[in-house]
Amino acid sequence: MTDVADPTPAVTTPTDAGHAPPAHPPTTTGLTHNKVAMWLFLGSECLLFGALIAVYMFAKSRLPAGEIGPNDVFDIPFTSVSSFVLLMSSLTMVLALSALNRGEERNFRIWIVATALLGGTFIAGQVYEFTVFVDLGLGYTTNIFGSAFFTLTGFHGAHVTIGIVMLMSALVASLRGRLSPRNAETVELIGLYWHFVDIVWILIFTIIYLFPQ
Amino acid sequence: MTTTSEPPLQLTAGEQLVRPSTSLGVFSRPTGETGWKSWLFTVDHKRIGIMYGAAALLFLVIGGIEALLLRLQLAVPGGNVLSEDAYNQVFTMHGVTMVFLVIMPMAAAFANYLLPLQIGARDVAFPRLNAFSLWCFLAGGIFLNTSWFLGGAPDGGWFGYAPNSGLVYSPSHGMDFYALGLQIAGIASLVSAINLITTVLNMRAPGMSLFRMPVLSWMLLVVQFLLLFAIPVITVALFLLSFDRLFGANFFNVEAGADPLLWQHLFWIFGHPEVYILILPAFGIMSEVIPVFSRKPIFGYPFMVFSGIAIGFMGWGVWAHHMFTSGIGPVSVAVFSLSTMFIAVPTGVKILNWLATMWGGRLRFNTAMLYSVGAVAMFTIGGLSGVTHAISPADTQQTDTYYIVAHFHYVIFGGSLMGMLSGFYFWWPKAFGYKLNEKLGKIGFWILLIGFNLTFGPMHILGLQGMSRRIHSYAADSGFNLWNMVASIGAFVIAAGVLLFFWNIGVSRRRARGSPPVGPDPWDARGLEWMTASPVPTHNFDRDITVTRQDEFWHRKWRIGTDGKVTRIARAEDVAHDGSATGVHLPSPSYWPVVVALGLPLVAYGLIYNLWITGIGALVILGGLYGWVFEPPDDPEDHGHDDHHEADPSGEAGNGANGGGASGNGEGEPADGDGARQLAAAGTSGGPVAEAQP
Amino acid sequence: MTQTPSAPEALEEAAPDAAADHGDEHEHPSDRQYVKIALILGALTALEVFTYFESVHNLGDAAIYVVLIVLMILKFIYVVAWFMHLKFDSVLFRRVFVAGIVLALGVYLVMLTAFRIWGV
Ligand code: HEM
Ligand SMILES: [Cu+2]
Repeated sequence: MTDVADPTPAVTTPTDAGHAPPAHPPTTTGLTHNKVAMWLFLGSECLLFGALIAVYMFAKSRLPAGEIGPNDVFDIPFTSVSSFVLLMSSLTMVLALSALNRGEERNFRIWIVATALLGGTFIAGQVYEFTVFVDLGLGYTTNIFGSAFFTLTGFHGAHVTIGIVMLMSALVASLRGRLSPRNAETVELIGLYWHFVDIVWILIFTIIYLFPQ
Repeated sequence: MTTTSEPPLQLTAGEQLVRPSTSLGVFSRPTGETGWKSWLFTVDHKRIGIMYGAAALLFLVIGGIEALLLRLQLAVPGGNVLSEDAYNQVFTMHGVTMVFLVIMPMAAAFANYLLPLQIGARDVAFPRLNAFSLWCFLAGGIFLNTSWFLGGAPDGGWFGYAPNSGLVYSPSHGMDFYALGLQIAGIASLVSAINLITTVLNMRAPGMSLFRMPVLSWMLLVVQFLLLFAIPVITVALFLLSFDRLFGANFFNVEAGADPLLWQHLFWIFGHPEVYILILPAFGIMSEVIPVFSRKPIFGYPFMVFSGIAIGFMGWGVWAHHMFTSGIGPVSVAVFSLSTMFIAVPTGVKILNWLATMWGGRLRFNTAMLYSVGAVAMFTIGGLSGVTHAISPADTQQTDTYYIVAHFHYVIFGGSLMGMLSGFYFWWPKAFGYKLNEKLGKIGFWILLIGFNLTFGPMHILGLQGMSRRIHSYAADSGFNLWNMVASIGAFVIAAGVLLFFWNIGVSRRRARGSPPVGPDPWDARGLEWMTASPVPTHNFDRDITVTRQDEFWHRKWRIGTDGKVTRIARAEDVAHDGSATGVHLPSPSYWPVVVALGLPLVAYGLIYNLWITGIGALVILGGLYGWVFEPPDDPEDHGHDDHHEADPSGEAGNGANGGGASGNGEGEPADGDGARQLAAAGTSGGPVAEAQP
Repeated sequence: MTQTPSAPEALEEAAPDAAADHGDEHEHPSDRQYVKIALILGALTALEVFTYFESVHNLGDAAIYVVLIVLMILKFIYVVAWFMHLKFDSVLFRRVFVAGIVLALGVYLVMLTAFRIWGV
């Protein structure tokens, strides 16, 4: 954007044919396409999860008295632990990225594996929780609360699972020598997605589990 | 006066724009520039735009036939053209088709074709995602329409009110097709929104600041933001409906404590932004056409832009005006009644600006101009009836009557569709190198305008007389006979007008052979898209254009003297690029977008019929994504170095592995974006300079 | 026939460009800071869970709601600002994300209010 103020209207400033580098920044904002796209996607996801959470709150408020509800199934100590696990996976994720930025490949792999494992633990906990709920008599179709609860946490779980797949792919890429500090951005984007999924759980944990029922 | 005098470019002459590669991914890449494959696997935003437009016109015919059936049924009291059940299906599919498969993709056609050109870019930020959007939309549209042959089309209205759309009241598979088909089309819109916003933010020509962009680019940008935030809302609503229908969830099960208003809220939170998604592209088109044929710049550019943004914001705060009689309570009604009245203000600003643009201009009433002016007029009528139902007590009488039908046809048909027809006549020479016939065009316009008013004008009266919408027939003594007959006749007049448009395409195309080319700038227009050859060469522009003001192209042709006199300083042919640059590096075609898009309807069919098919569809999608991720966006053999490949940027890809070094080059250097190169002209070796990391 | 008013021109670009200037490369927090943030997050979570267990309950539901919401927002902001780098990154990203959050909060809270689920 060097020649914005060029007063001679009819003459194009010749672009420097022949010698690089080009006169303008590679992208207008200086930000990479991928990162802009990722943030746009996350902005959009806010409305997706917002709707799911709102639907849950609405459904809970309309649960007929006497039906099996949150108080009958939630196991707060258990969920607290799995929430903590997911929270800590965000830490290992940033540590992985920062290791990659420094070119410490080994550490990067360790932290990536740790992140995926923590995510996996969370998912395992969720599967366990679901089976317990079903045993207690709360299925997907049991009542409006069941439908809303499983849909919301299921959507979140699906997001975590996709995140784990992405982490594993990054690990494979690294093992095959295809990740270097120079393309750390790919990992950064996976990280953004991962943290987003984590903050969604921060909301879910408080609103769905901890709010006085 | 001098014209542009760029030094010759150091481009290797005679290179093909797209070259074959044999070594990549699982299969070799598609090659070639002609033949059906070059369209099926293209990632060129212009071809994608053209295909969007063609598909939209095809669906216009389908939706139009449905409309004619409806009008045949209603022409006389007690009609028996359609059974009640068939009538429900036809009116539902008419609405769904026109909104999601005609107006939206038509807008996408203009957005794809014109946005990169208007901002001076080579392509969109993610060309393969762009192709994916197209095929995904088409997959959704075809999927929806196959329901006709699979036990019945959706029959719960385009708004799909649950629980009326639930299993109890709509036991056929129709509403499953509705929910899943719109879900697929929604993915297309969301991906495309992310893509186009990134394009506008990141790929503008040097000097093309946001406030130098044409109004059309602005309106399209606002629309993409609306899509970005509105699509997820309907995504959730559609999921809930699907889960209720397919898996027995209870979201809309009133016996289990559910509330029918939940669907209405979610649908209209999406739905009202959606109506601006339908109209703003047409507003943008009208804002391009009217200045050119008034030979004046757009009046009040900043007002045009800011009113568009304001509409985008305010559109989020009015949704419950669709629910005034649903029992949302007096406070909600009052609040939404007020906010709805306010939203008419920025809309009015736009209308005044178009009029002021024409005021004192030297008007040329070409077909494109006629359609734009017609659209302003018809939209104004629709906007006014809209204000009448913003007043909730009045709406209590109007709601669910033909008065509402009149309103939204005046805004959507009279505004959106006529605006986009104006766009077709305006940009046709740019896209295809020949003009549409003016005489046929003008006759067609008048037929359409008359037919339109014959059809929808009387619906105001019918509605106020109390004729409900969505009814299959009416009694002979209700007093509705005359105007229904008039409306039905009008519908066939509209059909004649639309047919004439298609005929015009055929005639003009035939006549164009052998006649002189139209040149880059047949209308003496203003935007950058006219600053290159017609039809636009694959690489768009031969050189980067440095923008110094709004309407840069026009100012390179004309000078405004101190006395306000306008004198020509250059011919368009001299200013515009002739499209002769060669060796410009472009993103390569790809199979994968088509493959992934193909998997989606498989998943959807499977959910309805058999989960095994879903599994196969999922495998197709996974395989497609795998191929996609491991295929570099650009063919490395097209240029020596610096290729790159990245995770699917929308995150929906599911596996973000970096594709790593392509076999064509050992090192696999990173760079950003799947995007087309901003400019290849700086390249020294016939290839481009890859974008550096910031 | 003049155009291109200068006011919008001034509004323009400044933000993204300025943001891009102070590039994200150099301002990455150190690993130590990350661990510190994680500890804070852990502590906040512990506080949250505490409201569930203890005799906190005689505080009354309203107070518990307030405490929980504040803690939740704090955690949210810490993760977004530090782990997602929004504190250091381009304002463009911040705007997009905040737009999503504000819109979501706006429309869904109004919807829930219209449903009168707050029990008031
Ligand atoms: C001047 C601005 C506008 C106002 C004040 C307005 C107001 C309204 C109101 C209050 C309704 C609900 C009526 C009812 O169902 O009782 C309505 C319905 C509708 N409006 Fe508008 N509107 C405006 C512009 C538009 C535009 C620009 C479009 C589309 C391009 C549009 C499309 C629709 C549609 C499709 C419906 C009917 C939805 C349905 O029930 O199926 N409106 N409008
Ligand atoms: Cu509306």
